[in-house]
Amino acid sequence: MGTVAVFKKEMRSYFASPVALVVLTIFLVIAGYFFYSILAYFSLVSTQASMNPALARGLNVTEGVLRPLFSDMSVILLFMMPLLTMRLFAEERKQGTLELLLTYPLRDGEVLLGKFLAATFLVAILLLATGIYPLLLVFWSEPELYPILTGYLGLLLLAMTFIALGLFFSSLTQNQIVAAVLAFGALLLFWVIGWAATLAEGDWSLVFRHLSIVEHFSSFARGVLETKDLAYYLGLISFFLFATLKSLEVRRWKG
Amino acid sequence: MIEVQELTKFYGNKAAINSLSFSVEQGEVVGFLGPNGAGKTTTMRVLSCFMPPTSGSAKVAGFDIHTHSIDVRRRIGYLPEHTPLYTDLTVTQYLNFVAEAKAVPRLERRQKVGEAIERCLLHDVERRIINTLSKGYRQRVGLAQALLGDPPVLILDEPTIGLDPKQIIEIRKLIREMQGKRTVILSTHILPEVSAVCQRVIIINDGRIAAVDTPENLTRRLQRSTQIVLQVEGPPDQVTRRFLDITGVLRVDMKDGTGALGRYVIETEKGRDLRRELAQAVCSSGWGLLELRPVDMSLEDIFIRLVTEDQAVSDQPAAIST
Repeated sequence: MGTVAVFKKEMRSYFASPVALVVLTIFLVIAGYFFYSILAYFSLVSTQASMNPALARGLNVTEGVLRPLFSDMSVILLFMMPLLTMRLFAEERKQGTLELLLTYPLRDGEVLLGKFLAATFLVAILLLATGIYPLLLVFWSEPELYPILTGYLGLLLLAMTFIALGLFFSSLTQNQIVAAVLAFGALLLFWVIGWAATLAEGDWSLVFRHLSIVEHFSSFARGVLETKDLAYYLGLISFFLFATLKSLEVRRWKG
Repeated sequence: MIEVQELTKFYGNKAAINSLSFSVEQGEVVGFLGPNGAGKTTTMRVLSCFMPPTSGSAKVAGFDIHTHSIDVRRRIGYLPEHTPLYTDLTVTQYLNFVAEAKAVPRLERRQKVGEAIERCLLHDVERRIINTLSKGYRQRVGLAQALLGDPPVLILDEPTIGLDPKQIIEIRKLIREMQGKRTVILSTHILPEVSAVCQRVIIINDGRIAAVDTPENLTRRLQRSTQIVLQVEGPPDQVTRRFLDITGVLRVDMKDGTGALGRYVIETEKGRDLRRELAQAVCSSGWGLLELRPVDMSLEDIFIRLVTEDQAVSDQPAAIST
């Protein structure tokens, strides 16, 4: 019950300030631009392929448009999520409202979950809005349904991971900017670890690949739903939510 | 309703509160009086379950703050210093949130929020965004929030700070009306506030309790006494009686008694140095005298530090008068 109360309050707060709306708008603008440019290129290649059948063989809307689109959207998410999560705890701490919140008959977990779900819901709306891109494709082409669904699932899981991480860093500080920067830095680190995979050898390469956010996402984008990828994301989400819970506990002790 | 035993909280090496022990009865309005930095806010925070103490225990409404934190929180209304509110919500939206957070049953929520708004005179501003409200109104929203859920215990940290005289009188009136109905513990550094509102006063200084009494008694004691501390090895009843026999001794409090060894705080008439008499009394009775010293900061000194200009237009005379 407490979770619902916190959820509703956060949703109100999100829309009371321009930040959420600005972030959503910018996301959609950039994503829209990506969609356009990917589609334009694909269109161009298609035209050429119609004259040269040899090229046509490799062309596929799902591979050629949706996959790069999802890939690009995951990058935009990486940049934007810290901006949505930075205020969740940091602002409350700065304003002093956290002191009141934590003295209501709510468990810390309920508070955490309420905030997490509010941010997730916001992203879900965002992703829903981008549904217009595959929808447009349906009119003029035949994209496969399954990869679209898994692609969005992958994006949602990715976003939830970013949110959990952002929540954690927001709980560490009073300063929203610091929270955002830390979250952003950590996310980049996870991202970049994937590149180390190509540089390292043998077993190390495998370790890095398994840690990389990108790697696990790519299968979602391809329409493949693998347990290990699900486990990876759910594991990361749980880990960071747990870490946030502990961070809240520590802050209580330190006052 | 509130029982505190040896409550201690350290921030790093410094003890913000040290071995506090006191209790508050049901329906009492008790004031926590002390200068800034005395430990009032820390005590409020521990009692409201915002932070756990380093050691010691406290029970609020019959529940231990450590083991039954949620049960305690269900029965308290807390208003922290500076009244932190969610400034981007309207008054009604905010109070609805608090009602839900405090698990007020859904069917009663609207009614209870309405009651809180009426009781705290917020009717005119219920649709306004909290950001746009004056300090006085915000304080009332804070009080309304604390009252939601009809908690039997109210914990108010400096509820009148920053308000203008008229607003101060209003808030004090609201608090006074709760005598007998709710248990209230409020903290302040304004001496006259305590006389105006509280039935009993706990004076805290430097993390320790300096005195506990009704405002009237304290005023009387203030005008007439200095304090001396002794550590005596001897049967407590007899020691106390022996001290009271000495002329000039107004009051004997015994603290920290383990078996035969006890710490005694003696209040003596102002202007009389009774140290020799006290020492003689102990030694001639054959008891061990382990410590004898005047208290560094007498009640009077504390009060002098405490007395600030009370801005409220009050018809009550200042507590200290000659």
